Amino acid sequence: MKTLEFLIQRLAKAAFVVLGVVILNFLLIQLAPGDPAAVLAGEAGAGDEQFIAQLRAQFGLDQPLYVQLLSYLQNILSGDLGYSYRNQVPVADLIMERLPATLLLTGSAFVFSLVLGIVLGVLAAYKRGSLGDSLIMTGALVFYATPLFWVALMAVLVFSIHLDWLPPFDMESIGAGYTGWARAADIAHHLVLPTVTLGLFFTAVYTRLTRASMLEVMNLDFVKTARAKGVPKGRIIRRHVLRNAILPVFTFASVQAGQLVGGAVLTETVFAWPGIGRLMFDALMQRDYPVLLGVFLVTAAVVVLVNLVADLLYRFVDPRIETAG
Amino acid sequence: MKKSSRLIAGLVGLAGLTLAAAAGAQEKPTPGGTLNMIAQPEPPMLMVGLNTQGPTLYVGGQIYQGLLSYGKDLKVLPSLAKAWEVSEDGLTYTFTIQEGVKWHDGKPFSAEDVVFTADKFLREAHPRWRYIANTYIESITSPSADTVVFKLKRPFSAFLYAFELSSFPVVPKHVYDGTDYRTNPANQTPIGTGPFKFKEWKRGSYIHLVKNEDYWKPGMPHLDELYFRIVPDAASRAVAFEKGAVDVLRGGDVEGFEVRRLSKLDGVTTTTDGWEMYSPLVFMQWNMRKAPFDNKLVRKAIMHAVDRDFVVRNVWFGLGKPAVSPFASTTRFFSDDVSTYPFDLAKAKELIAQSGVKPQEHTIRLMPIPYGTQWDRMAEYVKQQLEQLGFKVDIRAVDAGGWSQALSEWDFDITFNFTYQYGDPALGVARHYLSTNIIKGTPFANNEGYQNPAVDELFLKAASAVDEAEAKAAYAEVQKMITDDVALGWLFEQRNVTIMRDKVKNLVRTGIGVNESMDDVWIAK
Repeated sequence: MKTLEFLIQRLAKAAFVVLGVVILNFLLIQLAPGDPAAVLAGEAGAGDEQFIAQLRAQFGLDQPLYVQLLSYLQNILSGDLGYSYRNQVPVADLIMERLPATLLLTGSAFVFSLVLGIVLGVLAAYKRGSLGDSLIMTGALVFYATPLFWVALMAVLVFSIHLDWLPPFDMESIGAGYTGWARAADIAHHLVLPTVTLGLFFTAVYTRLTRASMLEVMNLDFVKTARAKGVPKGRIIRRHVLRNAILPVFTFASVQAGQLVGGAVLTETVFAWPGIGRLMFDALMQRDYPVLLGVFLVTAAVVVLVNLVADLLYRFVDPRIETAG
Repeated sequence: MKKSSRLIAGLVGLAGLTLAAAAGAQEKPTPGGTLNMIAQPEPPMLMVGLNTQGPTLYVGGQIYQGLLSYGKDLKVLPSLAKAWEVSEDGLTYTFTIQEGVKWHDGKPFSAEDVVFTADKFLREAHPRWRYIANTYIESITSPSADTVVFKLKRPFSAFLYAFELSSFPVVPKHVYDGTDYRTNPANQTPIGTGPFKFKEWKRGSYIHLVKNEDYWKPGMPHLDELYFRIVPDAASRAVAFEKGAVDVLRGGDVEGFEVRRLSKLDGVTTTTDGWEMYSPLVFMQWNMRKAPFDNKLVRKAIMHAVDRDFVVRNVWFGLGKPAVSPFASTTRFFSDDVSTYPFDLAKAKELIAQSGVKPQEHTIRLMPIPYGTQWDRMAEYVKQQLEQLGFKVDIRAVDAGGWSQALSEWDFDITFNFTYQYGDPALGVARHYLSTNIIKGTPFANNEGYQNPAVDELFLKAASAVDEAEAKAAYAEVQKMITDDVALGWLFEQRNVTIMRDKVKNLVRTGIGVNESMDDVWIAK
């Protein structure tokens, strides 16, 4: 019962947070110089006042700001994300078309970095002070400090151009006409480089967190007791230490999960991945307000939801934590 | 002239025949195949009548067609019109349209479509055509199913140049008449008369066009499919070409330093042809309403202080030609009998001294056009040169929206800009100098605020000339005047390079280059 109450309370708060985000974004966007009509006139290579006026009227930009905001909110509440006049497509369609690609990429990167990070962290803690530990921690430090786009470019240079193992960009072989499992394999092949690129930073974070947390727990009394009882070392690490050390990793994982939708702009650009991050970036450059607001809304909703789920999951990860509003 | 060519033809007759036969056998188009290209940046739509961005024309040019096309020498060529006739007084233009043309949905194409395009669609939606239509056109009629007649109010010497794809894409009347053109759902599934039909657009990934089996030129197109890939990162685009994922790079697809490297790869051909109709000319644009740019001597000094050879060689990797006139040297009325401003810093400083302007009192906001690193490098160079004259310079970085807005609202000191010439000065050049075109709302008008009644008059005279020699004389005079006034700071004529694999044949055939229908393009096996 307590959980349900907590859930309802949080959902209500979440709705307000999302609404606040929408209003704030709407107002912030207005501060950027240039509107979609100006951008289109610039791109058209010509234009006159009538051209701009036609566009503004069509985009609804000739209305006072509060009217635009109110009608936008009204549309949002009735489930309509608006219409991109620039692309002549409903915003919801644009987002739904691009969302799966992003979720596939960020989801893969999430799993990749979480699994690899914890495994490496445990190994490093287990063999503390050994050569393996040094290697892992040096690697983690390097990828923690290296900018993402540089890693991406170097990965393309090595694995695509020199070794020719992996495709340098795109989500699948265009025009190959694969279906079923052949298509899945093709996409998986294309997925490797962007996933690794996107995941390396978080892998490094998880590795460092896991190792530090493990070492801390390993010094606690109950581990000594277990060891004194003669429990095998591997079992101690697995059952006693890791379980108690996982909490900081979980916290950070929930942060990464919050970025599932909006956090891959750079990777998507370098690897020509048709995801939502690039949709957002292009929309920003083109001042395509409805698309931009739509992406912000979806991103905010995902962040809020993930946080909610994470808060609920804490109780399973560590039953000592009680849910509280 | 005719006689001598006949003689030569006779002499080389035999040899020529065998050579031609050999060449013909070698050059016989292979049918089939897929051509991979890049659309950069991803166009918002493919409806050429509503959007005239570069990539829109590139892709849309395969779906839609203009009434006319233009050769590399800017000769007028047939497209959807097979013949045209101009009356003696220059007031009546009669076009005969091609027979047997069908829209992609199977409906027949007729002169009615051309009338609708000219009189309704483009007049409503296309700023450049609207100006021409409202200023010069008296009536547009189709007396028979295959003729269209334009009657003008007064002669317009550039009129035959106003029918290129980007100015006059013919649109289907049965799809658009009576609808709101901009929100018509057909904009998503474009219907034209071109050699390729729209198949699929996976946003962020690719645009897929397929062969139009009912195309009006017999035996064409040769290719089966076209893919325009969306690759947002410049380095990745170079990789795409290197790895063979795409066969063609359009001018601007990759950075200048990559052009040099990719051109040297094995099995790669390059050409700077195919931009004659557009001939982009780059200039510094200053706000003449403000000090110090209201002072002619200052403008002259700046021209002398900027080494255009250096800019072309070192910033643009040689892909250009220093400009001497507001007209591109590739266009018909270009004259080099103008005031020139060779690089001479001493002279520039002297002019500043004469002008009475104290440069240290002026902080100039330099706003580079946000189109890539080369423009940024050029801004840094110009900043350095202006500082040598004693000015203080702030570079004001903006994105495309900010640039367009600031320039359209005249809120700038100095920026870079460029103009497409569209084959005739009346279409591409005059708009930057006519005082009647000092309008807000577009970055491509007379945003600098230049006013000279004599220039206005000469441009008008040239535009309404019936005789070409008369137009030429007026344009020569106008070039002298504008260069003496230094209305803008002309920098260079861009030379865009199309890079392609050797196997791609016949790609660049006319003055509109890759925007031309690729009906005769083929891939050697």
